Parts: sequence; C-alpha cells; structure tokens
Amino acid sequence: MENRSLLTLGPVLFNWPVDQWRDFYARMADEAPLDVVYLGEVVCSKRAPFFEDAIPDVIERLTSAGKTVVLSSPILVTTDRERKAVRDLVEAGELGIEANDLGAVAQLAGRPHAVGPFVNVYNEATLGWLAARGATTVSLGAELPADSVGLLTKEATRLGMQTEVQVFGRVPLAISARCYHARVHGLHKDGCQFVCGQDHDGLGVETLDDQPFLAVNGLQTMSHTYLCLAAEISQLQRLGVSRFRLSPHTVDMVRVARGFRAVLDGALDGADLAAELTGLVTDAPLANGFFHDQPGAAYIGAHERMSA
Amino acid sequence: MAFELICPAGTPAALRAAVDAGADAVYCGFRDETNARNFPGLNFSREELGEAVAYAHARGRKVFVAINTYPTAGNLGPWHRAVDDAARLKADAVILADLGLLDYAATRHPELRLHLSVQASAANAEAVKLFRDSFGVQRVVLPRVLTVADIKGLTAETGVEVEVFVFGGLCPMAEGRCSLSSYATGLSPNKQGVCSPASHVRYEPRGDELISRLGDFTINVFGADEPAGYPTLCKGRFAADGRTSYLFEEPTSLNALQLLPELKAAGVHALKIEGRQRGKAYIASVVQTYRKALDAFERNGKVPNVDLDAVVEGARETAGAYQRSWR
Repeated sequence: MENRSLLTLGPVLFNWPVDQWRDFYARMADEAPLDVVYLGEVVCSKRAPFFEDAIPDVIERLTSAGKTVVLSSPILVTTDRERKAVRDLVEAGELGIEANDLGAVAQLAGRPHAVGPFVNVYNEATLGWLAARGATTVSLGAELPADSVGLLTKEATRLGMQTEVQVFGRVPLAISARCYHARVHGLHKDGCQFVCGQDHDGLGVETLDDQPFLAVNGLQTMSHTYLCLAAEISQLQRLGVSRFRLSPHTVDMVRVARGFRAVLDGALDGADLAAELTGLVTDAPLANGFFHDQPGAAYIGAHERMSA
Repeated sequence: MAFELICPAGTPAALRAAVDAGADAVYCGFRDETNARNFPGLNFSREELGEAVAYAHARGRKVFVAINTYPTAGNLGPWHRAVDDAARLKADAVILADLGLLDYAATRHPELRLHLSVQASAANAEAVKLFRDSFGVQRVVLPRVLTVADIKGLTAETGVEVEVFVFGGLCPMAEGRCSLSSYATGLSPNKQGVCSPASHVRYEPRGDELISRLGDFTINVFGADEPAGYPTLCKGRFAADGRTSYLFEEPTSLNALQLLPELKAAGVHALKIEGRQRGKAYIASVVQTYRKALDAFERNGKVPNVDLDAVVEGARETAGAYQRSWR
C-alpha cells in the first residue's frame, strides 16, 4: 500500500465566472502539486449550466498534467432535474465519483467510489457499511475531533480504505433549500439573479456587535474563519490519514498547495506554514477548533495543544 | 386512510398529556446523548419508558423511541443499548439516522419497526429506497427541504410511509447536516443531541438593550420593547451586505395546517408535531387542537379555522419549505 500522503483539492464551492473557473483549474493543472482534483458544482443546481461546457476541457487539462480527476455529486438533491443529474453522473462512469448525498451513495453501490464530506460518517460501523458497498475513500466531515479521525482512520486502514481530512479553507457548516444570498438581496431562490456570483469567497455575516461570524454561499452557510490544519499535519500523518484536502479560494492556491506539499514531505514545519497562511488569508482568521474538540471557530495554538 | 398524528414528549407527564389529547403515537428519547433533544431535565429512564409504553398501549396508541444522533467513533455501546432496550420495552418503532446503527438494529432486532429520522436528511427517492432496501425501513420522516410537489413524487416512487413535520420549531437548514451549533459552542445536534445548548447561552444587559449570546457570539440584541427570545443560532439577527435581518429564519413557528388537503393528495401518512422540550400544557393544547382539526378534516375534507396563536413562537407562522416562495 502506498504511504505517500496525497494532496487533494475539493470542488470550487463558489459561483465564480466561468472564465475565472477555467483559468483557476489551468493554473492548478500547471503549477500546483496536487494529486487529486474533485470537480463539479455541488452547492446549487442552478449554477451548473454555466460550467457544463467548460468541464471536458478542464478534465483534459488536469488529467494531462497527471492529476486524478474525481467528479463530485451535489450536496442536496431534491428535484427530478437534480436527481437526473446525479443519475447521469453515475452512468457516465469514466471517472471516479465522490458521493455527497445518500442518493448518490445508493446508486454507486457495488463499484469503487469516494464518499464525500457531506455524507455523515461519524463511526466505524457506518464506515464499514459504506466500505462493504464499494467506498474506497471517505472524506471526513470537518466537525470530527482528532479522536474520531484516528479511530475512523484505523478502521479504514484495516478495511483497505483511505481517509481524507480537509486542511484548508472555509468549512461548509450547513445546507438549505433556501438561498441566503438571494434573501440578503431581498430575492428568492426562483429569480435569484445569481447574486451569489458577487462574492467569490462567500458573503460575510457579522453579529450585531460587528463581529465576523459566518459566510453565506447561496444555499450553503460556511465558517467565517478558514480552517487550517497545517500545524496538525504530522499528527494527522501519525493517525494514518493519507489524503489532505484543500478547499479552493481566491487566495493564491498554488502557494497554499506548495506549502502543504512541503509540510507533508517534511520539508517545512507545519507551524511555519500556519504563520505564512495567516499572512496570506487577509479576509479572515484561521481556525482549527473542531479538530481539537473545541468550538469550530476557535484557533488552538501550539501552546494550548501542549497543555491540553 | 386518516392521517396519523405523531406527538412529542420530553417527560412521562407530557406523554400522558399527548395520549389523553388524542395523539395516535408519541415519540420520545432516552435520557442521554442518543437522542437529538438531549436537554437537562428531559427524556425517559428505561423504567419510565416501560410505563409510558404500557400507558399508551392500554389506550390503543403507540410509542416511538428516537435514537437519532450519530454514534461516536469508539463508543457505540450507548446507542446499541438504547436500541436493545427500546425493543425489549416493546416500543412500536425506533427512529434512527445513522447507517451503522440502522444496520445493527435490522440485524439484531429483525422484528423491530424502523423509522428513518429527519436527522438522516433523506431528501430524494434514491436515498429513501436505500434505507428501505438495506434495512427494511418502513417510514421516513422527511427533512424540511422539500416542497409538497417533491413529497408527492417521493411517496409514489418509494412506497415507504411518509411522515412530515406540520407544527412547531422549524430548522431552516437540512437536518442532520448542520454544524452551526458546534461551530459556536463545540456541541452539535449530530454528536451530542443539542443545538445552541443552554450551557453556552448568556443574556447580558447593555443600557436599555438585552444581548443574547451563544458561546462567543452575539445572536440577537433586543430593545426595551421587544420580547427576548432564546438564541437559537439560525433564528438570530445578523448583518450581511450592510443590512441587518433575521438572515436564516425569523423566530416563527411552522404551521402547515392549511396544507392538509395538499399533504393528503401527496400521499403523506403521518403528521408530526415538533417540541419534545415543551411542557405538558403546551403539548396538551397543540395536540388537542390538531386532533380536532384532523377529525374535522377527515369528516368533510375542509381545513377548519383553529386558533393556535397563543402557542405559536413569536406569534408568527410559516408553511416553510413546503411552499416554493419560502426558498
């Protein structure tokens, strides 16, 4: 079994203009030391048509650059049109698929597939059940603390699976049938005018005391903070985690990817990368609370970790 | 067939009140982290559940036990024991969300009726059929993300009994897929069975105003003339794009009473009232009102005018996601 830690890139969660989206992936293909790239519009089916025509070229570009492309299924699937989109994705069958809802899990039974972070996998019994149906990797939800990550990874390894942990980017916290971007602008989901396209890293939500708190991304609610587990990389590697997921933002993701690659290879200290990312991510602080069994918004520094 | 009316009980007294007021079935949970209303002073001991089942069965009603949080890695015992004890105490069904726990219940207790919790967030026919075919789940409680039209299609396609929430608190997010509470407090519905827990709530006076806080975050600011609500995170007032609003959801109650004809036409089997954290007087009042309304509706197919204003949160109501305009 391969021991090398894999660096993966989750799907772009935001509604970027298609040219920006295509250019982003071209740069990832050419310059970022990524092993796996997840691709697909997972947040809102209304956005999907914008990217449809660009997807084949992006797949080609990434694949030519030696990246493994995995297609991610949508998080929330309710309408007949959305259900058909998942069916089509499953039936296309050329590339690997990451299931992000239980309907996709159902349809992928009996063939190797990835289980995404939007499917609830909290314990070894669920992990084993998914493995028996063909899951080969599970991307763990960001809410899981280190103890759970360790136990799940141990069981995954026993079953010949891999676990993945998000190590960078805003954390998806909730999904709704209601569009909050539209709601902020006095609109509804029907007739939304795609106002989510105005905010390329999400729309900041502050408390009434002007404290930054959350970020809205259409149907999705995210953390204001950017998750950063750079300083926890060696611990994750010791736990047996083999896939490390970055979530795309408008910050220089090539630099982010190179930084994490260097830490994974032992060429850079995780704490040094965390310090560098603090300077790079200018619109929000970093957080790692979930992993340390604290509120997700918290950042637990090296000192607190030592004394915990 | 008449709608089945499914009512909440956080205490034995509330359960008796629900049964007496006309509930067809009452749902409740054990006093620990295995259920999604793990609040101080709520829920049932094993002995109390046994008595509750006897009380309900003597009157021809049912008791469902919610074991609907996600078992913690390395600590499946409490969830397994909850399922075993619910079966032993003759509960009429268990309401589960976790795939691994469903597998356990289906394997160990093949006679036990399985319902899929709203916390599983099965939002389409493929997901519902997964639970039906893998574990023999006979009923699904649908997440509050579907329109009545969506529900109709799902009911026809799956043949599984469908239960929907019609009254009480309203999650604007897909249930079981929300980490907002743990982002602010470290405690979540999925893991600990709590949302915006009281242990992390503070009210702070500031001049004429009252600030409600959850963890380190201000959830609302109330003027002297405003009643101060509980700081459930998604019912708070926030600022975005320079505007202040109840961004996620107003402090409203779900009330889908007016949709009874549509829900009937959609093939819905059971109607569920939220509120295991509520007192027995509230339960009695809501259940009685719904019982009367359902009986009248079954007689003549019309939705009667009933008064639930006194118990509706913030005295405002919404039909939620069942109507497209909510989105």
